[in-house]
Amino acid sequence: MSTPSQGQLSRDEVAHLARLARLAVTDEELVLFAGQLAAVLDAVAQVGKAGVEDVPPTTHAVPMTNVMREDVVRPSLPRETVLAGAPAAEDDRFRVPRILQEEA
Amino acid sequence: MSTSFTSMTVSELQAALADGATSADVTRTYLDRIEAEDGVLGAYLHVDPEAALERAAAVDASGKAGTGLAGIPVALKDVVVTEGIPTTSGSRILEGWKPPYDATVAARLAAAGTVLLGKTNMDEFAMGSSTENSAYGVTRNPWNPERIPGGSSGGSSAAVAGGLAPWAIGTDTGGSIRQPAALTGLVGHKPTYGSVSRYGLIAFSSSLDQAGPMARTVLDAALLHEAIGGHDPLDSTSIDVPVPVLAECARRGAEGDLSGLKVGVVRELGGQGHTDGYEQGVLDRFTEAVALLESMGAEVREVSCPAFDLALPAYYLIAPSEASSNLSRFDGVRYGLRVGDDGNHDLDEVMALTREQGFGAEVKRRIILGTYALSSGYYEAYYGQAQKVRTLISRDFSAAYADVDVLVSPTTPTVAFPLGSRVDDPVAMYAADLCTLPASLAGVPAISVPCGLSDGLPVGFQVMAPALADERCYQVAAALEAAQDAARGSRFLDQLPRRDAEPVGGAA
Repeated sequence: MSTPSQGQLSRDEVAHLARLARLAVTDEELVLFAGQLAAVLDAVAQVGKAGVEDVPPTTHAVPMTNVMREDVVRPSLPRETVLAGAPAAEDDRFRVPRILQEEA
Repeated sequence: MSTSFTSMTVSELQAALADGATSADVTRTYLDRIEAEDGVLGAYLHVDPEAALERAAAVDASGKAGTGLAGIPVALKDVVVTEGIPTTSGSRILEGWKPPYDATVAARLAAAGTVLLGKTNMDEFAMGSSTENSAYGVTRNPWNPERIPGGSSGGSSAAVAGGLAPWAIGTDTGGSIRQPAALTGLVGHKPTYGSVSRYGLIAFSSSLDQAGPMARTVLDAALLHEAIGGHDPLDSTSIDVPVPVLAECARRGAEGDLSGLKVGVVRELGGQGHTDGYEQGVLDRFTEAVALLESMGAEVREVSCPAFDLALPAYYLIAPSEASSNLSRFDGVRYGLRVGDDGNHDLDEVMALTREQGFGAEVKRRIILGTYALSSGYYEAYYGQAQKVRTLISRDFSAAYADVDVLVSPTTPTVAFPLGSRVDDPVAMYAADLCTLPASLAGVPAISVPCGLSDGLPVGFQVMAPALADERCYQVAAALEAAQDAARGSRFLDQLPRRDAEPVGGAA
């Protein structure tokens, strides 16, 4: 396990993370967040102090796995109700912006 | 008579309804008070007076008002989806969205005959401790309008403390029910994880999120908890056990006999060597409350839970990590905002522009932090390590509960802080959750009950119990509440200035 480098999060790193998270952050935000996140990382890096050899991770407070139910057909929400909440709909479907770079 | 509805407990409202008052009268009184006071408090994001009055009249016509919860108004935190009623989770990205279904919590309260007053303000996606991260403006603390009402359920806390709702639903991921309850002089309970359905709660951190009651008294909180609790097949993490009997435990606790009860005072939460960041007034009220429990027969001892020192860093890795994943659903396709769809931007760009404009600063910070903590090369050092610390915290709880029945601590290190004082300093803001995070990470139940004032502002006392032993929280909290009420000669909230005043608008 590598030890987290403390207090280091460059503007470029924040920009990269924002791209991964699909956030078109502004330059001002990059400067602001880089400083604030460095302070937050300093604080959270404290978890590295704990001796955790042979300690299993907890993903969930309640140990339950594979909760099963009967496979019963139930009515879905009405299509028009669902599409009413969408930013754009066409031909009874969600309309999405183009996905590929070429003109569609 | 009509103005006093807004200072009654729910059990008193039940009696008034059974005695001939109408739900329409009660509801109208609350709506009038909202109209008069909410311009200052900012507790609500959405109120539909016509719908509320119509609903109240229907309950009156059914003849059921006054039985169970029928006819009692309620407010819901805006993270709870409500069919056909605007639900934003405090975010611009969901502005104007009307959900196509009801959350189980909302459906159960509707089935019980309650009347929805409105949806309350909150930190965006429940990320915050002051409600200042709402995209729709701040909420003020009824005890002092220049102070925060806590968060993220600060709209709910301000509404109930300010007499704008008899009680409300909040949600708690790292303290978001208990901390605002403490800072506004309410009772707030975070149930055992999995004991109240998460179906229809807009997800923040799924392994931690839990809905629960915020109320004026321990008994009211117990009544509301009973109404929303219990197994729900629509939530795969819902625990399949009977709805707990809580109101009865609250009534029994109020009799004030705690003999045989073993209480552990957690050293790491404000005890010797761990008082950094704690206000003296908070520690004094806490110590007095512990002495009061002892005077009622409880056996008090100090307990050490060393891993609690790391609850804050572990939480601020786990919750942002889960949030960064959960919030990926806001992609501008199926609901909510879409920005930049002008034919010149592809899906990826539209997504990034939509999320940039739709999310506020704290949400972006947490998404970026979570993305970092989960990224290859850092996963083990941050997220993986935090999950192991989470195990250590659960082990500390288990070891402590082998010796004591409940653990106690202050709910928050300080009283309500001034608006604006921590918004630019995320680390200082996160410290507001110091005492509430261990119970969140371990999934155990915890309640906050008022234990006095410091500098004229409420102080909260936290009682934590083992998983599925929520009734112990209510029992101890009720004993403390009853003893303090008896000594004071009035209820805690009766000390709130202007609480019983006629509704007037335009207060500064």
